[in-house]
Amino acid sequence: MTTEPRSVNVRLTVNGTPREAAVPVYRTLVDLLRYDLGLTGTKEACGVGVCGACTVVVNGNLTASCITLAFKADGATVETVEGMARDGELHPLQASFIEHGGFQCGACTPGQLVAAKALLDSNPEPTEDEVRRWMSGNLCRCTGYAQILDAIVKATAAREA
Amino acid sequence: MHDFELHAPDSIHEAVEILAEHGGSTRVLAGGTALTTMVKQSLVRPDHIVSLHRVPGWSHVARLGPEINIGMLATHRAIETSPLIREHAPLLADTYAQVATVRIRSMATVGGGIAHGDPAQDPLPTLLALNARVRLLSATGERQVPVGDLFRDFFDTDIGPDELLIEVQVPAQPHDLEGVYLKFLPRSEDDYATVGVAALARVERGRFQEARVALGAVGPVPLRATAVEQALQGRKADAATVRKAAELVGDLVDPVDDARGSADYKRDMAVVFTRRALEQVAGIPR
Repeated sequence: MTTEPRSVNVRLTVNGTPREAAVPVYRTLVDLLRYDLGLTGTKEACGVGVCGACTVVVNGNLTASCITLAFKADGATVETVEGMARDGELHPLQASFIEHGGFQCGACTPGQLVAAKALLDSNPEPTEDEVRRWMSGNLCRCTGYAQILDAIVKATAAREA
Repeated sequence: MHDFELHAPDSIHEAVEILAEHGGSTRVLAGGTALTTMVKQSLVRPDHIVSLHRVPGWSHVARLGPEINIGMLATHRAIETSPLIREHAPLLADTYAQVATVRIRSMATVGGGIAHGDPAQDPLPTLLALNARVRLLSATGERQVPVGDLFRDFFDTDIGPDELLIEVQVPAQPHDLEGVYLKFLPRSEDDYATVGVAALARVERGRFQEARVALGAVGPVPLRATAVEQALQGRKADAATVRKAAELVGDLVDPVDDARGSADYKRDMAVVFTRRALEQVAGIPR
């Protein structure tokens, strides 16, 4: 009977920086980011992949980090909310969320931002319906969604301007 | 979460060797949307996990003669956005696009979604209606099983503990065979279906030359409604015929009460959505 959990070494690139951690095999990616790497922007809320608070991008794909085992990210490129601002300059989506009040308590906001950025990266001029469908996987219990939708649509318009 | 022994094979052959050795106490991890969630909630407690994240390839979407071959590791999102699927099996693209959220579709694999054996998975009725097959590999050989013969009970399939579902083979959808997958979502956009209906039909000179109907989320396994298909074959493609045929669904389904509706409600809705799906593919105005 083993008393120590089995450990696995995970090397990954997070927001452009190579990182490494030895973690138990059952460590989730969200816990690796938060507790092993100190990147607490990404939140765990529902814990079962439904709410979108833990959304990150792994190798270019939207990912629920709460139901991704960390070892699967070995060798991967991971983008989190901490990577959105550059040189002290907020990402246009972050600025738009502030301007249009796209959050209240803020717990869902990192996931909303990462999901919205992935949408605009793959589809720079989405229709409002495309934004609604894409963002349907990110729950918010404060705003009623209108401000979030507004922030994303206006960020799109700002990009085009 | 509990401890387990991790295996990360570099090939499908290495994977099935591990399955042959550890069998029943092993679970295969692909996209992880189902298995990781179940392990986190202690719904399953495997001693071994065979993770496929180091297996190269097997995410192909390729046309081979009259069939489309889909590797086990292709994501739902890949099927939704594949131009080849859009051209040769548009119903498959439309169906995979309706699963959960774009985040889950970007993670969940085609092979995992089938092997999971959840009768509420949207793609299953569509795969049934398209007469798809799966390739199951083990250390001792390979067999092919029609998707219609794969499911035994809730989360229980004919896939042996030593077998790996490596590929799905889907006959192309003929261009004159209209198809639709209707998903009844009374709660929210990202939910599982309360009932899901896949229907395909070819109408010539006002009559059903061919009709196929399959349902999900209405019992322990996804269901091909052959009684409905037979009631349509050769008949006039009008509202009365479709209404009468769709009513047969009520006796075929065996739904359970849950948060998505009572069994009685789901039975009624299975009839309603079968009728609507058939009206749509047969071009019958509502």
